[in-house]
Amino acid sequence: MINESTIKEIISSQGEDEPEGEDMSRRSFLWMGAGAIGAVYIGAIGYPVYRYLATPAERAAQAAAVTQTTLDGADKLPVNTALMFKFGTKPAMLIRHADGTFSAFNAVCTHLGCTVAYDTAAAKITCACHGGEYDPTSGSNLAGPPPKPLTRFNVEVQDGRVTVARA
Amino acid sequence: MDASLSQEPNRGRRTLAAAIYGWVDERLDLTGLIAHAREKAVPEHRHSFWYYWGGISLFFFVVQVLSGILLLVYYRPGPEAYESVRQITYDIQFGWLIRSAHSWSANLMVLAVFVHMFSVFFMRAYRKPREFGWWTGLILLGLTLVFGFSGYLLPMDDLAYFATKVGLEIPAAIPLVGTLVTEIVRGGPEITDVTIQRFFALHVVILPFLYLPFLAIHVWLVQKHGNALPPSEEAKPEPERRSIRFFPDFFAKDMGMWLLSLNILAILASLFPWQLGPQADELAAAPQGIHPEWYFMSQFQILKVFGRWFPGAVGEFLGIGLFTAGLIIWAVIPFIDSRSASGSRARTAFYIGLAALLGLIAITIWGYWEL
Repeated sequence: MINESTIKEIISSQGEDEPEGEDMSRRSFLWMGAGAIGAVYIGAIGYPVYRYLATPAERAAQAAAVTQTTLDGADKLPVNTALMFKFGTKPAMLIRHADGTFSAFNAVCTHLGCTVAYDTAAAKITCACHGGEYDPTSGSNLAGPPPKPLTRFNVEVQDGRVTVARA
Repeated sequence: MDASLSQEPNRGRRTLAAAIYGWVDERLDLTGLIAHAREKAVPEHRHSFWYYWGGISLFFFVVQVLSGILLLVYYRPGPEAYESVRQITYDIQFGWLIRSAHSWSANLMVLAVFVHMFSVFFMRAYRKPREFGWWTGLILLGLTLVFGFSGYLLPMDDLAYFATKVGLEIPAAIPLVGTLVTEIVRGGPEITDVTIQRFFALHVVILPFLYLPFLAIHVWLVQKHGNALPPSEEAKPEPERRSIRFFPDFFAKDMGMWLLSLNILAILASLFPWQLGPQADELAAAPQGIHPEWYFMSQFQILKVFGRWFPGAVGEFLGIGLFTAGLIIWAVIPFIDSRSASGSRARTAFYIGLAALLGLIAITIWGYWEL
């Protein structure tokens, strides 16, 4: 004899089939509820863990957000030399040209991220990693693999202090 | 037929999943594994509640591993140890929560391990063929306590410093080799950066390296022998015993316990965050009411009391001797109560267990009372 519970048993034994009727929609509702609660747990654990691991990156992003930095005594930099300094989180270079004027650049090579150097003899910015060369006044890429010019900063000299700011 | 045709896209997805499952199954025999898990039965009776405590211990161990790995990201052993824990606790976002979860979970794990051990004891689950389960369990308990002791020093605040100082006096009291062994563990006569470095190596490399194989054997033995029946169930004729399938029934309940444990841990770790005391100072006096963690309280109190009753090295020797003797009896209990039938030996074992449980609780309470 087939009664209601036998039918239910047959339906549930075919577990893989699509939900049909009141019972099956309750099942899918429960699954959805369990999934939602699971997602809340994953979020409640995942969010603190993410923020915990991301703390240094977030702090660095704050530090990188600086718009200017002041270099005390940099006006006494000898001509045809460069001073390396930190702008935000990245290395930067201040160059004093032969005519006494200043240029400042982000000292990260636009090719693959090596720190560039000022070549006094050739009066050029060079990268030791893959032989890239840049113009020391404009920062434009002259030779080698660099695809873009170096990022140029504005330089202002006032009362013996050199202020470097984002252009 | 019509219904299945209308579900074409779903069918396609299902066939792909089936194909992937088939590919893996052919190589790893997943079907056999699932069939085995469904066949495996767990006894169901009025003492079944105690079957969950090994799993709960395992859950807290997993939390220890995961939160420990997270702490490892910022912790620096050596001279900067205190500063790095200060940063984790007060500077790094949610660092307080990760550290608090690690500390609370450590305490809950020790508690769960003790409950597990005593429930196994009173179910007489150490009897043949489960002796190795009992012994590997005792080794795991010992390693767990050393985990707790070594981890306690790592923040290098004043409590950590003095707890370790006092704790290391215990191995130092072992006749003949005590001083030498202790100085090697400590890296000299005093607790310094060198000690932190050693305890760190012990805590995160050596102990896990020792712990995991014993854990694997322990869990494998449970799988091999199945859950032990308590004597009251053994007395019943076979047809009257009830059981549930390991998968999915027991497994689901097990996971329910894990979820409950997670919630309790979350409440404790977030509402009662673990604190960091002032930095250890070797010239500062020990803070008032200094005492070890609760799971070392009974040993601490026995040493204290024996020192009062038997002044000098004698008290220390007797105190350590008492604990060692107790531990040896505890380890050979499968030999004391070796018969399957209940009898005088089973009663002896029961009274030993009762004395151990009540003794530990009473001495621990006494220890806190005297603070």
